Amino acid sequence: MTHRSVEVPVVARVEGEGALHVRVDDGEITRLELEIYEPPRFFESFLRGRHFSEVPDIVARICGICPVAYQMSAVHGLERLFEAEVPEGTRELRRLLYCAEWIESHMLHVHLLALPDFLGFDDAIALARGGFKEAVERGLRIKRLGNDLLAAVGGREVNPVSPVVGGFSKAVSARELRAFLPRIEDALGEILQVADLVAPLEMPVLPRDAELVAMTNPLEFPMNEGDLASTRGRLFTAAEFEEVSTELHVPHSNALHSVFADTGLPYVVGPLSRVVLNEAALTPLAREAATRAGLHLPTLDPFASMAARVAETALALEEALRLIEAYEPPSPPRVAIVPRAGRATWTTEAPRGTIYHRYDVADDGTIAEAKIVPPTSQNLRHMEHDLREFLPRVLDRPDEELTRLAEMVVRNYDPCISCATHFLRMDVERA
Amino acid sequence: MSAPERVRPRVAVFKMASCDGCQLQLLDAEEALLELADAVEIVHFAEATSRMEPGPYDVTLVEGSVSTPEQLEQIHEIRGASHFLITIGACATAGGVQALRNGRDLGETIRQVYPTPAYVDALATSTPVADHVKVDLELVGCPIDRGQLLAALAWLLQGSVPRPPTTPVCIECKRRGYVCVVVAHGEPCLGPVTATGCGAICPRMGRGCYGCFGPSQPPNTEALARKFLELGMSPTRVADTFRFITGYAPAFREAAERLEREEAATP
Repeated sequence: MTHRSVEVPVVARVEGEGALHVRVDDGEITRLELEIYEPPRFFESFLRGRHFSEVPDIVARICGICPVAYQMSAVHGLERLFEAEVPEGTRELRRLLYCAEWIESHMLHVHLLALPDFLGFDDAIALARGGFKEAVERGLRIKRLGNDLLAAVGGREVNPVSPVVGGFSKAVSARELRAFLPRIEDALGEILQVADLVAPLEMPVLPRDAELVAMTNPLEFPMNEGDLASTRGRLFTAAEFEEVSTELHVPHSNALHSVFADTGLPYVVGPLSRVVLNEAALTPLAREAATRAGLHLPTLDPFASMAARVAETALALEEALRLIEAYEPPSPPRVAIVPRAGRATWTTEAPRGTIYHRYDVADDGTIAEAKIVPPTSQNLRHMEHDLREFLPRVLDRPDEELTRLAEMVVRNYDPCISCATHFLRMDVERA
Repeated sequence: MSAPERVRPRVAVFKMASCDGCQLQLLDAEEALLELADAVEIVHFAEATSRMEPGPYDVTLVEGSVSTPEQLEQIHEIRGASHFLITIGACATAGGVQALRNGRDLGETIRQVYPTPAYVDALATSTPVADHVKVDLELVGCPIDRGQLLAALAWLLQGSVPRPPTTPVCIECKRRGYVCVVVAHGEPCLGPVTATGCGAICPRMGRGCYGCFGPSQPPNTEALARKFLELGMSPTRVADTFRFITGYAPAFREAAERLEREEAATP
């Protein structure tokens, strides 16, 4: 019997910490575990007893890359429970804040985390020194635009301070936002160059079956509002989320794994799911960026995720332009909140996919129980599934290349392990 | 003939329990990141590069708090491999928001989040790195200020050790001419007792400071707590205001505990 094990002790260029263990016996994978050793931080526990108004500041700390996603799910859910009528213009400003997060997060992923793989470099710095300086600088420039926009609306790029239950603590001025218009116009041209950079990259293919899940909204590409849908015809609301999706606890992971409650099968959330389920809502430039990046819809191939991120960046830029041109600051910026007991549930579309929050609130406005299901923990089981499908095709490759390929499969999901632990080292065992 | 290559300091970045937001400040430095990469050699930074070299390291940045038995071992290994150790952010310097579980029953905490508690290995407390090993420089904040981080690295390259400011946010507001949210809106603000570094963002955005940069020196938490009580807040809410993002920092922890003792003593 031949035996081989491949270990990736720290999966690089993902947010957070994880490892991958693979054991191969007689050419077959007999053990495959994505170990999430990112330490648990117990947010859902220490949220208990805290006042509802503190929730946006606490949950922002779950993830340094997508704090807006956490804040937005929390404020929308709590406002619905408290029947708060937020000031006119609030939903537009929140959508703009989300656009900013998609731009910075997607451009971070494409240029700093994923692109080095496809061009054969260790990191973006080596990439810049290896003849791709212009491409890296362009990516960082668009990313900076997202960060700056986020800081203008939120007060700060990481852990924004202005989003509150009831609106914003202060609404950014129209003058400050309009100053972004020339930079957005430039980025709208540059994002097509990013698409042209991505298109010719030699990518593995993984034609596997999968059920994709995302929010949908008949009026717009979903960010803050919408119900949920899947590529196999499921339709459900945030209030029904825990009936449809259930979490499993496996010994090798500090992050829970999500599966469908009825079938026990995994599903996929994220940019690819969104563009497949919301193709009709893509903006004209997003459509052009998708085509030029080589994204042919519909597709289930996880390696199409990078092109989906480019398309969504184009969409977020176009939306930002539209929102800023029409912007009038909400006045007053926030409404007073009268809390009441009950259950708040909401989903929004984080850069990495659908994020679900539930808060059970007591009479005095304190949190009695909280549940947060981030996109990465929903995708974890499917990452393992993809690896099981993909690795047997490349087992003849040397360990170093095998490791790189395995990391690429995982990185399709842009996993944010810090979020999911509430992620990567790889080892492949083979003789 | 080419000039001999200059020896660049070897820099490593490690992460313990945290959200990645502080190391993200390096990736968010963008153009400066490329410049920095010319000045130093980044030999270990899992979030940014596949390159993972063993020590020794000239400068090591550690993000995150010590919260598992494995991390407790790891932080001693990191210290052993590092010439100059910098902790970055509220988690590494004060235990982080996850230190809100400190003082609660660990078993209960785990049960509230995980269906199979036996799979979870955690310490009873989330603690700052300096509780376990010698730290050469602490950069506070949630997140840290990118300018402070880059300045600190620039100082170190020149052979000096920087001293980040410990004056309160309150002074920053006066300097920048921001309207005081306590005086104008009766809103609780930790600005008088919190170290500056953020640029007084919260008062600028029309809300009270919530202590991201930890206690200023010296922090008069007693007087501020009295003011909050006068604003009509309950002692529990005032205690919670101190016990927040940097609530495990000694000055804030003591302020919260003092309020709770007083409340318990009130018939």
